[in-house]
Amino acid sequence: MDRAQEDNRRAPGAIMIDVDVTQMLGDFRLEVAFQADAPIVGLFGRSGAGKTSLVNMLAGIARPLHGRIVVNGETLFDSERGVDLPPERRRLGYVFQDDLLFPHLNVEANLLYGFHRAPAAARIIEPEHIIDLLGLRRLLHRLPDALSGGEKQRVAIGRALLAQPRLLLMDEPLASLDVARRDEVLRYIELLRDDLAIPIVYVSHSVAEITRLADTVVILSDGRAIAVGDVDEVMGRLDLRPQTGRYEAGAVIDTVVAGHDTEYGLTTLRFDGGELTVPNVEALVGERVRVRIRARDVALALTRPEGLSVINVLPGTLVAIADPGGPIVEVQLRVGAASLVARITKRSRVDLRLAEGQRIYALVKAVSFDRRSVGYA
Amino acid sequence: MALSADELGIILLSLKVALVSVAFSLPLAIGVAYVLARFEFPGKTLLDAVVHLPLVLPPVVVGFALLVLFGRHGPIGAWLESWFGIVFAFRWTGAALAAAIMGFPLMVRAIRLSFSAIDQRLETVARTLGGSRTWVFLSVTLPLALPGLVTGIVLSFARSLGEFGATITFVANIPGETQTLPLAIYTYTQTPSGDAQALRLSVIAVILSLVALVAAEWIARRKTTAVRRARS
Repeated sequence: MDRAQEDNRRAPGAIMIDVDVTQMLGDFRLEVAFQADAPIVGLFGRSGAGKTSLVNMLAGIARPLHGRIVVNGETLFDSERGVDLPPERRRLGYVFQDDLLFPHLNVEANLLYGFHRAPAAARIIEPEHIIDLLGLRRLLHRLPDALSGGEKQRVAIGRALLAQPRLLLMDEPLASLDVARRDEVLRYIELLRDDLAIPIVYVSHSVAEITRLADTVVILSDGRAIAVGDVDEVMGRLDLRPQTGRYEAGAVIDTVVAGHDTEYGLTTLRFDGGELTVPNVEALVGERVRVRIRARDVALALTRPEGLSVINVLPGTLVAIADPGGPIVEVQLRVGAASLVARITKRSRVDLRLAEGQRIYALVKAVSFDRRSVGYA
Repeated sequence: MALSADELGIILLSLKVALVSVAFSLPLAIGVAYVLARFEFPGKTLLDAVVHLPLVLPPVVVGFALLVLFGRHGPIGAWLESWFGIVFAFRWTGAALAAAIMGFPLMVRAIRLSFSAIDQRLETVARTLGGSRTWVFLSVTLPLALPGLVTGIVLSFARSLGEFGATITFVANIPGETQTLPLAIYTYTQTPSGDAQALRLSVIAVILSLVALVAAEWIARRKTTAVRRARS
């Protein structure tokens, strides 16, 4: 299924965000302008890039010096026209880094806080449904103090959803959780995206989270939006490496489950440029799965190699070589419509006489795919 | 030791004065505490100082000021009497006013502290969940400030029970009208062979204060558990 079809299929849950704001925070000048139209928009950037300031302006907690914020055609802020809706009238659900549950209310009262404030006609998301979806039924009568970190964050997400928001703002919702809890909450976020078709603006400095969840990504750096686009395209761009990071460098590919090999516990994923074999993925044949291939896990060969343990051999074309200086270079490949990045030594580049436009084979070990790099798309 | 009718009258008057002073100063104290805890504005230091003045001034000065302002010929007193028929001078209501002013700084301090201790992001979340400013204040800020409210009420109540200097200056020492417990004790100490009576009343004062403190503790505890139980 190509991108255009996917977008059509998921159009009801997509958001149109049009932002052009300026704000001064002490000496720090935030000047962000972008337009995004996707079910999940990722805001990505290092700490201090201005992510939270931007989300606070979207939510109406902070006021831009001047500019304009339009969500789904409704103007939330416009300094020229004197529009500035207060937070309670913007109807954007905000999930913070810390759960911020009301300590004096139990889980049920926390969940229903916003539900009771929402206009009756807008109450589409039902408490019973959210309680089951997020697995909160046995927690309803507990106070927040008696919950684990993951449970608290699930309640916070449910509380935001039940206020019937037109979109959900999530600011590093996993940052204060341990690794095991992160995975738990991440699954629930995927679940509500698929089940409720609720659009999400997801803020994170983690490449893994952004690539697993987002469709469109906005990269913030020093208070500016320096790139906007499809997540696989933007995260694969070599010139954005300083922002997307070296260690995490890689590419994202949307695939469909083609089959399972039960004997060896492997799953075959099909994408535009061929097939990938990875360790067992818990998904049905035909389901869409997004995988992330780190640049350091990709090796290159000029001819199809023989007698090799590497299962995934993908024929492609060399698109660009980035040489930041030092012993390592990064090579961008096109495999079908997908983009891949390989990290190799400068010596290999010279030995293989790599040049742009060249036919080349990308080798990816199946074991380099872990649970963290495979998610439901 | 059975209470005489006189003693009972003194106790009831003292309780009435203290309760009325707390009831009327509480809303104002909540407002002032909130403003001091949350906002920066020119004149904040001055407001803070004025609120604290009764704590540092000799009570007799406060009483004298009240007499000048709220006396029947004072600017505020005359106005109140002609427009609303309210008279403070030499009435038990005047004793309540004096007690309220003397207890006000204690009340504001306790409530302000608990407002400051609240994570303001909780209020922000409540706003994003659709709560108006007023609703957020009532449903999040006030309940979270409950411990400070209880402390403030108890401190100011106890201060009111013990108020002496401002009261005797403003409304004098009129048995049955303004003679609260401390004033009665003072009267007996000034009377030949009144020591025994003064001692009896002093013991009663100690008991009253202890009961107030214990009751407050009990209410605070019961409120927290009641909240928990009601929700579970």
